[in-house]
Amino acid sequence: MFVNFFLELRQAGVPVSLREYLTLLEGVKAGIANYSVNDFYYFSRAAMVKDERHLDRFDQVFGHVFKGLELLDQAFGADIPEEWLRKLAERHLTEEEKAQIEALGGWDKLMETLRQRLEEQKKRHQGGSKWIGTAGTSPFGAYGYNPEGVRIGQEGNRNFRAVKVWDQRDYRNLDDSVELGTRNLKVALRRLRRFARQGAPTELDLDDTIRSTANNAGLLDLKMRPERHNAIKLLIFFDVGGSMDGHIKICEELFSAARAEFKHLEYFYFHNCLYERVWKDNSRRGVDKIPTWDVLHTYPADYRIIFVGDASMSPYEIFHPGGSVEHWNEEAGALWMQRVLATYQRAIWLNPVAEGRWPWLESIRSMQQLMGDRMFPLTLDGLDRGIRELSR
Amino acid sequence: MAQERAGISGRFGGTEDYIATEDLTVAVNAALTLQRPLLVKGEPGTGKTVLAHEVAKALGLDLIEWHVKSTTKAQQGLYEYDAVSRLRDSQLGDPKVQDIANYIRRGKLWEAFVAERPTVLLIDEIDKADIEFPNDLLLELDRMEFFVYETGEVVKAARRPLVIITSNNEKELPDAFLRRCFFHYIRFPDADTMAQIVEVHFPGVKQALVREALASFYELRDVPGLKKKPGTSELLDWLKLLMVEDIPPEALRAKDAKSAIPPLYGALLKSEQDVQLFERLAFLARREGR
Repeated sequence: MFVNFFLELRQAGVPVSLREYLTLLEGVKAGIANYSVNDFYYFSRAAMVKDERHLDRFDQVFGHVFKGLELLDQAFGADIPEEWLRKLAERHLTEEEKAQIEALGGWDKLMETLRQRLEEQKKRHQGGSKWIGTAGTSPFGAYGYNPEGVRIGQEGNRNFRAVKVWDQRDYRNLDDSVELGTRNLKVALRRLRRFARQGAPTELDLDDTIRSTANNAGLLDLKMRPERHNAIKLLIFFDVGGSMDGHIKICEELFSAARAEFKHLEYFYFHNCLYERVWKDNSRRGVDKIPTWDVLHTYPADYRIIFVGDASMSPYEIFHPGGSVEHWNEEAGALWMQRVLATYQRAIWLNPVAEGRWPWLESIRSMQQLMGDRMFPLTLDGLDRGIRELSR
Repeated sequence: MAQERAGISGRFGGTEDYIATEDLTVAVNAALTLQRPLLVKGEPGTGKTVLAHEVAKALGLDLIEWHVKSTTKAQQGLYEYDAVSRLRDSQLGDPKVQDIANYIRRGKLWEAFVAERPTVLLIDEIDKADIEFPNDLLLELDRMEFFVYETGEVVKAARRPLVIITSNNEKELPDAFLRRCFFHYIRFPDADTMAQIVEVHFPGVKQALVREALASFYELRDVPGLKKKPGTSELLDWLKLLMVEDIPPEALRAKDAKSAIPPLYGALLKSEQDVQLFERLAFLARREGR
């Protein structure tokens, strides 16, 4: 019972385990679902989904698994054999394919064409891009994609209710939220906290006091200890200018979140790739530059490093002396990256460029290699992964 | 696990003060029937905490609230051993000192487990606590029993309370914990539900006022870039103010005039930046309108 549903959920990336599945069965047995599809939907959602990020995926799978059983009979009133429309293979179209499908005229024209096709068409049809059927790219049918498509079968329901709850997919915008506020960033950065007791003993250590007092035959023996502080130290290098201008907002947010979270935080700016000098004040970057060697010598190896940059540049800027677009650099950027990475064990690169586009840019690939695959996208999820890498 | 299945009888279907959507009702009833904790998430101000109050009221149960803070330890929900008092008493030669049970203070979970009547236990804002907090409560919430080391006693729930847990998503909760819960995400109510909610809170309020207020409320929520969007509770506060001040509905409609900012907006916008942003937008709108 529902094994298929369970497996498809797992396949869609909703983290359900055997335990949730058993709960679902238990609930069905206890009669919670009450033989109404809506109740079953709500109940299985409460039982199987444990994070609002997955609600949309759940809705899709639910629609996919259970909607396939509902056969069309009167949605159109016309005599479309239900067999045609029964979903056999849902074709997954890529973005490009979707773009290729152009919309045909307005609604009236679509309906008119549909009527014509219905008359012309005599056989069951699946796939393809003209006839009515399932999983194709024709504007008629179900489970396919056409920007102006008419759904047949998928929406067909006997109760004349407008749209099924799970087909509304209300939770869509919560999925893998791209939106990154400072608050979210702070929460993600907070994972990087590691508390340690350092400094002057100012706090009463109750447990130790009790133990010592007992050892002391009941005479009070006060024990003090230092307060707990976040012991994580962080160096952030921001790429500024040029191609980074489009990412200023997110970088600002990351910066302000990090400033609020960490006591030991130092930041430096660089342009495109790290070279022999960095700076702390962009308005005085021509004058007040700090030699990178000084940075390496000032901050001990227990600092953690975050580079923030799009790593989008000409490969020469990374690999060749004199490759920098701004000045003559004696040594290649790659060498400087290696020096930093050799000094600091824990380092990551956060890249505001979408992860899917990385393979297309040679400099990003090279930088990813230099970083030892520790480049992460500057999204909540990427930051999470990066922070996990840093806190190991 | 079939120990006391018949702990709480009855079904929840919302109350006269609380509009529960269909999916929320199903989730609460599932938690009741299968006796699992219910984890409720949602935007601030969508009535997560109130839910526990209303479930308790609707089913005639007692409510035990445990508000979690960043310093709260899981152990504090079970019991605390007050070693310092005992130490002090021993120095004073108090005879109470002989019995360790005198220094065990019961926590909220313990109270809920041994309560005479069936109860609803609210664990509020569980995400505020340390990351290990939920893990430390796994067994206790699952089996509804725990062991008191100091006295060697096992505390076991006579009837399993209905546990409602709220979270604001500040920390991710561990998987093992989530597996044991039902989950419900309270979505922000749509305009119709919102009108029902308002009706429940302010019966007989002037329809015109509500309509205008809701319109400008949703408009305000649509302003891009707000740090904190106003929630249901803000709306209710604002309406209360509007009614007390007896502001006419026409004042809210004044979209053309200088007063593009709704009156008493302090109840809706809680951060200076938001107010500033809004004023700036209003200023721009005014300039365009000229």
